[in-house]
Amino acid sequence: MSSVQYAETNVGDALPEQKIEVTSSLIVGGALASQDFTPVHHDRGAAQASGMQDVFMNILTTNGLCERFVTDWAGSDAQVRKVAIKLGTPNTPGETMTMTGTVLERNDADKTVVVELAGKNTWGNHVTGTITLALP
Amino acid sequence: MGLQGKEREAFEKTLEPYVGIEIGIKEIGRDEINQAMIRHWCEALDNELPIYTDAEAAADSMHGEIVAPPTMLQAWILPGMEMATGEPDPNDKQKELHRLFDDVGYTGVVATNTEQEYNRYLKLGDRVKAVTVIETISEQKATGLGIGYFINTKTTFTDQNDEVVGSMTFRVLKFEPSQQPAAAPTDDSGAPAKPTRIRPALAHDNQWWWEGVQADKFLIQRCEDCGVLRHPPRPMCGECQSIRWDSVEATGQGEVYSYVVIHYPEVPGYEYPLAVAVVDLEEPGLRFVTNVVDCDPEDVHIGMKVEAEVREMDPDFKMVVFKPIA
Repeated sequence: MSSVQYAETNVGDALPEQKIEVTSSLIVGGALASQDFTPVHHDRGAAQASGMQDVFMNILTTNGLCERFVTDWAGSDAQVRKVAIKLGTPNTPGETMTMTGTVLERNDADKTVVVELAGKNTWGNHVTGTITLALP
Repeated sequence: MGLQGKEREAFEKTLEPYVGIEIGIKEIGRDEINQAMIRHWCEALDNELPIYTDAEAAADSMHGEIVAPPTMLQAWILPGMEMATGEPDPNDKQKELHRLFDDVGYTGVVATNTEQEYNRYLKLGDRVKAVTVIETISEQKATGLGIGYFINTKTTFTDQNDEVVGSMTFRVLKFEPSQQPAAAPTDDSGAPAKPTRIRPALAHDNQWWWEGVQADKFLIQRCEDCGVLRHPPRPMCGECQSIRWDSVEATGQGEVYSYVVIHYPEVPGYEYPLAVAVVDLEEPGLRFVTNVVDCDPEDVHIGMKVEAEVREMDPDFKMVVFKPIA
């Protein structure tokens, strides 16, 4: 798998957009794979008792999908150094989350780039934030 | 409302001892970093980066061996099934702090931000443990969800050699819900409802006009006495003060008098960027506020020739929109 080289990047480069189908399987699978068994992430009744429509995505899954969005672009030799996200509208089954991102900063000293990203569903931004990664 | 005055002072005093302390629960990875848990994560999240599951590809990468996805960091110390079934740990100072808030009405809790830093990638066989400290509790804040306080915690992750491998800051809002959560909206199939456009407020003077639109008609109100057209609908003619009126169908031709393209803030139910225009209708003296559709919002300009169409913008809701004349 080829990796993006630091020298090839420019501030303003857009990452390939991703559309992520938010299903019960993704929400529950992500929650359990992250060892987060909080009932609102796998039990519809518990989610509805807390005022939500249905089970909703846990933060670790959101973090993981943000990481995947960036490393699908950057490749195997990129190293993720930092993930900083702000949470917005919940991800519930039936939504589609559209991930977009651009290169916000480049730092020659340590060959890192900061990608600014957003994951949006029909209610607005589920997640916005930045990921810092070192590139070869 | 939130707490006020002396009550608030007294409450905030009870929070002080919690700032800067460790939350006191054991956060120890129950398993070494292992291939099975990494594989489950990668499958669930559809992460196909080979360095996580393909030993050969990992050896050829800059990591030199299989590594764990960095955002799995917290997964290594979460207690799993116990989160659904277990009794709360009586030594958990964070839960104790949350109960203080619950007791005075700040019952809501929502995570708002998280930040993770990774000093190195975790490798198979590593063993992670963590310590969480309550870093700060904010002043009382008014937020969209209600009045509340932000609580910041910082978790430091170390490995089997007590070297720091990463850290996480986590911010939650403990708030007084501004209203009871509404019953979960669903459509007939039980699927969650989708957001729709904000509907017009219907009243005696405008309902007939919107009913016309739902019947695919773009109507203009006309004074029955002097014949002057007017829009938006209202009860009295501005020219002759007659309250007798009927309506005619608009020609639907016009040109953009002025416009804005809205990028932010985004209201659920609308597509952005959203072109909102004031159109000079062919009928003299009439202007109409509308959306310009079927073109790039950046191409909308003053003087642009446009024509009306009654279009179903949401299920069961039609509007008059304008599109460019080809």
